Amino acid sequence: MTVIGIPFIWLLLFLVFPFAIVFKISFAEMAIARPPFTALFAFAEEKLSIALNLGNYLFLLKDHLYVAAYLSSLKTAAGATCLALLVGYPIAYGMARAHPGLRNLLLLGIVLPSWTSFLLRIYAWIGILKTNGLINNLLLKLGIIDTPLHMLHTDFAVYIGIVYAYLPFMVLPLYTNLVKLDESYLEAAADLGAKPWKTFLFVTLPLSKGGIIAGSMLVFIPAVGEFVIPALLGGPDTLMIGKILWEEFFNNRDWPVASAVAIVMLVLLIIPMMWFHKHQSEEMETA
Amino acid sequence: MSATRLSPLLKVWLLLGYTFLYAPIIILIVFSFNESKLVTVWAGFSTKWYGELFQDRQMLLAAWLSLRLALMSATAAVALGVLAGLVMARFGKFRGHNLFAGMITAPLVMPEVITGLSMLLLFVSMEKIIGWPSGRGMLTLWFAHVTFCAAFVAVVITARLREMDTSIEEAAMDLGAPPFKVFTAITLPIIMPAIASGWLLAFTLSLDDLVISSFVAGPGATTLPMKVFSSVRLGVSPKINALATIVVVFVSLCAAGAGILMFRSEKQRKFEIQAAMRNTD
Repeated sequence: MTVIGIPFIWLLLFLVFPFAIVFKISFAEMAIARPPFTALFAFAEEKLSIALNLGNYLFLLKDHLYVAAYLSSLKTAAGATCLALLVGYPIAYGMARAHPGLRNLLLLGIVLPSWTSFLLRIYAWIGILKTNGLINNLLLKLGIIDTPLHMLHTDFAVYIGIVYAYLPFMVLPLYTNLVKLDESYLEAAADLGAKPWKTFLFVTLPLSKGGIIAGSMLVFIPAVGEFVIPALLGGPDTLMIGKILWEEFFNNRDWPVASAVAIVMLVLLIIPMMWFHKHQSEEMETA
Repeated sequence: MSATRLSPLLKVWLLLGYTFLYAPIIILIVFSFNESKLVTVWAGFSTKWYGELFQDRQMLLAAWLSLRLALMSATAAVALGVLAGLVMARFGKFRGHNLFAGMITAPLVMPEVITGLSMLLLFVSMEKIIGWPSGRGMLTLWFAHVTFCAAFVAVVITARLREMDTSIEEAAMDLGAPPFKVFTAITLPIIMPAIASGWLLAFTLSLDDLVISSFVAGPGATTLPMKVFSSVRLGVSPKINALATIVVVFVSLCAAGAGILMFRSEKQRKFEIQAAMRNTD
């Protein structure tokens, strides 16, 4: 019983219970106090009064900055996920079809970068994309451009950053799926006269659906709330909700609004998360 | 999928993919040895930035704090993650199984700003109600890191336990070994390589975390990523490149060490199984 009990209680206390508190504080008002918000419940003169402040949510709805930030976060994350899938699928496919002795080495090659600091790998792109950075210096030297391109602090840089940082999370589930693919299906298709591209489109691709979903969700969900990448590579007009939450909390010290921002983000992400969880459980059970 | 000849196009794509993954890291390392303060213009070989890095007291203090935190977090996360993995793989469908599985997969994808904010609010509320933990610092950092690292360890351990041959465990139980004995004598040695790689994964995750740490750290404790982030925001510096080089070398050595250990134990295990098979013949 203790085997179930210890991790269960730990995770309930530090993972589930905190969300209830975030939910509660999203209905509080900002106050100059420690901690900086008002209490929801008050008991005085034999009366229990509950003050639910819906203002934070109305504020998010009315201020078009927040709506735009949510939309642009979803758009950026979806775009970067598609890019990562386009880049990652052929890599995973190539790995799965490589010589078995080579596969583990290729796999290590994909995993190793994600073991070195995320922050430092994003930092590396500043030097590459800067106005007087490596790409601009190279293009100027080759005479391809006359004036340096403006790449750092743009949405383009954010896309590059997300694809770069999350590519291993796309490739790994795709690879584990593709490497298990039953060769006889492909042979059957070929025997029946299907062209290679047709076999790929109608056999390989549908069979790797599980890997595509798992990989895409592993990129999409964290990318929606990403903070480091838009903070370092994005510009002042890059609207990402993770960055807005951070600023609301650390710069404005408005904990209730930050909580409301988090709750709305969670509601938007709950369906992708359930989807991911369902596939993750299925994958684990068939393994 | 069996091995076939890779088409040239696929080979080129693989090569480009790995170049994309590694070029930024290699550039980072090359420019850590640059004489000039500009990180993108080569001006001759120099190791002076390493010297400057090791004179930066704040950076060293932050690194020391992060190392201690990662050691303590990884160790506790492995203990918790192994228990959670056992529950996932060996306890079947108990009541609350779905909730439990959800609690393990959620931290893998949960945006860090949400996790960080929620944990901070938990600690603040706990302090207000029961007066503990007082203030924020090493202790709150440890709780937060153990929680999110344990989820990753649990996934690694669950996968290993599910693919493991359960007949040995069943045989031991049939012979009357109590569950705890079965775990320590049979299961633990078999999943040891997974535990080792789970520990390393937790260690690197803890060492690397910026967002959750920033929320729960409080003014007293600054981790290495927090220090790096504030200095990167002020602009690029070859000192950060030097730090990155040290991190890359450290991680590569750890990965190589773990790889060799796992390879050896796998070979040892195969050898023992073969020996056991011969004895039964």
